[in-house]
Amino acid sequence: MKTNFPETHAQQHVVLKTRKKNRVKISHIILHVVLILGAFIMVFPFLWTLSSSLKDVSQIFVVPPKWIPSPFVWSNFPDSLTSMPFGLAYWNSFYITAVVVIVSLFTSSLAAYAFAKIRFRGSSILFMLFLATMMIPKQVTLIPLYIIMGKIGWLDSHLSLIVPGALFNAFAVFLLRQFIKGIPRDLEEAAIIDGASTPRIYFSIILPLIKPALSAVGIFIFLGSWNNFIEPLIFLNTPEKFTVPLLLNQFKGLHTVDYGLLMAGTTISVIPVLIIYIFAQRKIIEGVTITGIKG
Amino acid sequence: MKDRKRTMWGYLFITPQLIGLLCFSLIPVIYAIVLSFMEWNGFGDKHFVGFANYITQFKDHVFWKSIINTLYYMILTIPVGIALSLILAIALNRIRGKNIYRVFYFMPVVTSMVSIAVIWMWLLNGKFGILNQLLSVVGITGPDWLTDTQWVMVSIAMLSIWASVGYNMVIFLAGLQGIPNSYYEAAEIDGARPFQKFRYITFPMVSPTTFFITIMSIIGSFQVFDQAYVMTNGGPAKASYTIVYHIFHQGFEKFDMGLASSASVILFVIILAFTLIQFKLQKRWVHYED
Repeated sequence: MKTNFPETHAQQHVVLKTRKKNRVKISHIILHVVLILGAFIMVFPFLWTLSSSLKDVSQIFVVPPKWIPSPFVWSNFPDSLTSMPFGLAYWNSFYITAVVVIVSLFTSSLAAYAFAKIRFRGSSILFMLFLATMMIPKQVTLIPLYIIMGKIGWLDSHLSLIVPGALFNAFAVFLLRQFIKGIPRDLEEAAIIDGASTPRIYFSIILPLIKPALSAVGIFIFLGSWNNFIEPLIFLNTPEKFTVPLLLNQFKGLHTVDYGLLMAGTTISVIPVLIIYIFAQRKIIEGVTITGIKG
Repeated sequence: MKDRKRTMWGYLFITPQLIGLLCFSLIPVIYAIVLSFMEWNGFGDKHFVGFANYITQFKDHVFWKSIINTLYYMILTIPVGIALSLILAIALNRIRGKNIYRVFYFMPVVTSMVSIAVIWMWLLNGKFGILNQLLSVVGITGPDWLTDTQWVMVSIAMLSIWASVGYNMVIFLAGLQGIPNSYYEAAEIDGARPFQKFRYITFPMVSPTTFFITIMSIIGSFQVFDQAYVMTNGGPAKASYTIVYHIFHQGFEKFDMGLASSASVILFVIILAFTLIQFKLQKRWVHYED
């Protein structure tokens, strides 16, 4: 390589570039191989769950394992659905999460708007209080909340999950405040001069402008509420009131050895969310990224 | 006049969240601290016992076991998890098909930890689990992952890294996109090698992101519970018994609310201390532009 050293600087540059291009191509191929292997490791557990869910006991404990069930045993799915009220759990998870997402987006954007744009005495101290509570791990409030819920009769009721979720989300308040702060003053001032009331400004100017932020925060709240486990575990008793993760845990307790059935139940708990994810992946990933970076 | 009206709206707008903050965060935290000085089974009378609950915790080897297990989990997950996600992010940053890869790596992030735990129970089954079957192909006899005290935490760490690597990677990718290309071009003209580019450009430029992910991972790993509860019930022989599991056990299995509260206050203090230490240490390695 060093024997015919290029004479001019320009020549040297060209040689460097072509040499680099070749190297880049090879390294990219190696990278793709590694990344595909990684992607396979990420997807494989889901595929194996699906495959296992379509096997009966005689197939599932076969060594070496078979990748594709033969024959396909569909009965695990109706069996799981009759063994446990998955439909009901889906309804519970769905409406709890829907109420939490909608109401908490509303209450937290209201507070965020007030903290970002309205001057009132104590606003900075109160906002500091919101920031400070973000430091509190939720496990610390678990026992007091359990006692409080018991006192007001909300144990074994969905209210114990809905009301705290809908009324308190310091992280959402903080994030939305950041976004609303970025909205130029002139927009609001023009509306104020035109005589628009504060709620009107919130509804017709602020809310439309922070739609992307709302959807990002909404996705974040959705994932947190949908996948929440420890609170439903502590607050709820009746299986008919269980959410999907809680019901799956119960289902697991009943069928510890029948892995085909267990994997069918797990598939039921995972598939709908993953289907939504596949269709909305761009929005979901971007939403989670935004909430992560701004946090 | 207008201003006063606006001020009133301001107070009104923060009211719902302020009520929520008081009822579901501030009052409960104070209540937890008060309870930690009480002896109470949740039903009968409360008795003030001073620091007795804390002394009981510090003398209880199960409490220390839960702390050690949690720290062990942290050591197992955080360095590997962060390194892996940073490497993946760097690899993906300038490659075609980035978005397609991202979809796969991010999949576990939207899945509930309970589902993930049940899936991995089956993968890690000692006799029939696919992992040990694959290992046996290359002549390795895999351990009984979840029923071996030596391996249970490693197993839980493995699935936790798998579950979180996509999230961290995506955050790192966002951080990497903020690095101007001209920095790398300038370094190339100076003849920098790939590792030097990483050491002197990528790493410092992405260090605020690394800092954020480190803090979040530390807080998250102190709160690990779902996996241990679903997969192993804290066992075998309390080998996967974590701090939050300890709180849960004392509060909701033994109904010793005072003792459980003292454990939760200790958890709070530990998390606070670790976070403050991180903020102090950041001056040494976190690089902020301007």
